[in-house]
Amino acid sequence: MAVITYREALNHALREEMERDERVFLIGEEIGVYGGAYKVTQGLLEKFGERRVVDTPICESGFTGVGIGAAMVGLRPVVEMMTFNFAILALDQIVNHAAKIHYMSGGQFPIPLVVRGPGGPAHQLAAQHSQSMESYFYHVPGLKVVRPTSPRDAKGLLKSAIRDDNPVIFIESETLYGIKGEVPDDPDFTIPLGQAEVKREGRDVTVIAYAGMYYRVLEAAEELEKSDGLSVEIVDPRTLRPMDKETILASVRKTHRAVVAESGAGFAGMGSEIASFITEGAFDDLDAPVERVTGANAPMPYARNLERLKTPSKERIIEALRKVCYLG
Amino acid sequence: MPRTRLDLPYHVDYLSILGPDGTLDTDLEPKIDEADLGRLYRAMLLARRFDERMLNLQRQGRIGTFAPIKGQEAAQLGSVYAITPADWMVPSFRETASMLWRGWPMELILLFYAGYLEGMRVPDGVRDLPITIPVASQLPHAVGLAYAARYKGDDAVVLTYFGDGATSEGDFHEAMNFAGVLGAPVIFLCQNNQWAISVPRKKQTQSRTLAQKALAYGFPGTQVDGNDILAVYAASREAVERARDGGGPAMIECVTYRLGVHTTADDPRRYRSEEEVKEWERKDPLTRFRDYLQKKDLLDAEQERRLEEEIAQEIADAVARFEARQDPDPLVMFDHVYAERPPELEAERQELAERLRGTGASPAEGEAPAPTPMRGQRRTSRWPN
Repeated sequence: MAVITYREALNHALREEMERDERVFLIGEEIGVYGGAYKVTQGLLEKFGERRVVDTPICESGFTGVGIGAAMVGLRPVVEMMTFNFAILALDQIVNHAAKIHYMSGGQFPIPLVVRGPGGPAHQLAAQHSQSMESYFYHVPGLKVVRPTSPRDAKGLLKSAIRDDNPVIFIESETLYGIKGEVPDDPDFTIPLGQAEVKREGRDVTVIAYAGMYYRVLEAAEELEKSDGLSVEIVDPRTLRPMDKETILASVRKTHRAVVAESGAGFAGMGSEIASFITEGAFDDLDAPVERVTGANAPMPYARNLERLKTPSKERIIEALRKVCYLG
Repeated sequence: MPRTRLDLPYHVDYLSILGPDGTLDTDLEPKIDEADLGRLYRAMLLARRFDERMLNLQRQGRIGTFAPIKGQEAAQLGSVYAITPADWMVPSFRETASMLWRGWPMELILLFYAGYLEGMRVPDGVRDLPITIPVASQLPHAVGLAYAARYKGDDAVVLTYFGDGATSEGDFHEAMNFAGVLGAPVIFLCQNNQWAISVPRKKQTQSRTLAQKALAYGFPGTQVDGNDILAVYAASREAVERARDGGGPAMIECVTYRLGVHTTADDPRRYRSEEEVKEWERKDPLTRFRDYLQKKDLLDAEQERRLEEEIAQEIADAVARFEARQDPDPLVMFDHVYAERPPELEAERQELAERLRGTGASPAEGEAPAPTPMRGQRRTSRWPN
């Protein structure tokens, strides 16, 4: 077990899967000579050559479509979006084609495609480069959506995504590329898609959070443990679609209280869906209404002081936790 | 010198071999053996008659909306004849003639337009992609197929179709540009049928030709008389050979005309004149090819009559097979959404299955019905009433 960064974990996942399966190739902007805008693909051009690490013109729809075509005839492309915000340009290819070709062909053409890259808020990247893009994709039947939180998740989930026969939207986080954690070296290590993880065990209240928001929730949980002796359980869904509802419901049935924290805008966000299935599946187990802590329903401001207010702060998470626990 | 003219080797050829009046350029006439000329004519007649029959079936409500091909048979057959079964064909939504040539049974095409998923299952051994309805989005897929072919060491080339309207779409330009950069063996075959629903070709772009768009991406573009099967084939064969030899992509603009409706949901009388249609009817690719074969003594009235009879029977048989189908099992709704069925989809499928059996809402026999919970009541033991 080595301690490596989230970035290195992704790089190792790509390298191992390319070694394991000749059909896996990478395609995207700046991924070869430059090693990726965030250096996730560093060293892979040198190791695997231009045939398997394809630098593209700036054409998100075009290169995603090329990936889909290659996937239709048996290759397993990993498409990099320099940031996931640019995937909006490829929305028709992803939503109308990657997600539907298998269905519309009566199962004849599986699309084993991964679209990966960073998404969510970072540091002063402003409105067009800070969006929590998962909400654009998890609504679409046919897509799987993954948001890894730890370096271990990043490696294990990316390897599973590459081995999966469905199109997988794999959204990393710019702010997490540098975090370190223990990651298994075993090339057979994977984390199945569709399995949540209880990342912190607790008795009194469940928080559902993923990616960067998990770490803020963790700080809040530790602070409340010290100040009020509150025992907070944190469940990380890891895969947003298909979502492991059972693990989340089991936790809520145990703690009887739930808070969902997400960085994106709240309206019809991930928290809405999670709060909804908790209400449907565990209503009688709840001691308080499910609380959501979400990003403001405004584009991400550029100014630093406003940016801080846009995403949920530790204080707002603590407030929500106190509220569902009826702590004054 | 501050301002000089760059010496760019760009030009666009226009190719016509068999004119509308039957004049033949024997120097350019491609060598096609007699048996193949017969097969091509039969395919053209079949495509025309099947298209007419489909329109009829649609008007009777027996199939849904579709895009007729009348007038564009030469553009399709001349190009598809230039590739081999080992090559790939990527259609848009108006390539019935090419699909029939590649081996799609007519009943499968009818099934597709009647809403059956199995209608778009590519027949075994046919290297085609299914029909793509969104405009131009199949073009990047064609480049992906070509990239995958070279990746696997396969010398297949890819022939992909699109219309004049598609050349305004971003995916057209992204696919053309990327194909040029990759040197991908793709033949971009534009059927310029003059009308994108109601928008005429001249309002689609101010470019004098569509073929010239290839020049900007660094590969050849050729304009051909799209109602002249010999010209379409000659240009296509040249492009296919060039691509197979590593010369990269090419674009061919077939100047043709949609003699019928855009789709069966369209009424072209609202936006174009009868005179214009009549003018193009005089350039009909079918009669032009028929006259060519008659002059070569490869077709006479008696053969033509027998061919019509055979084709009528084939179409009738295919329609009968199509109409013998069962309604789809409603539970296929949840098949193939994913390569496997995730738990939540399985649950949804079960729910539908139960609803369809009419048992979902009613309790099993012998069991007392559960009391309806009242306001303030809860069902679970944690909250005793």
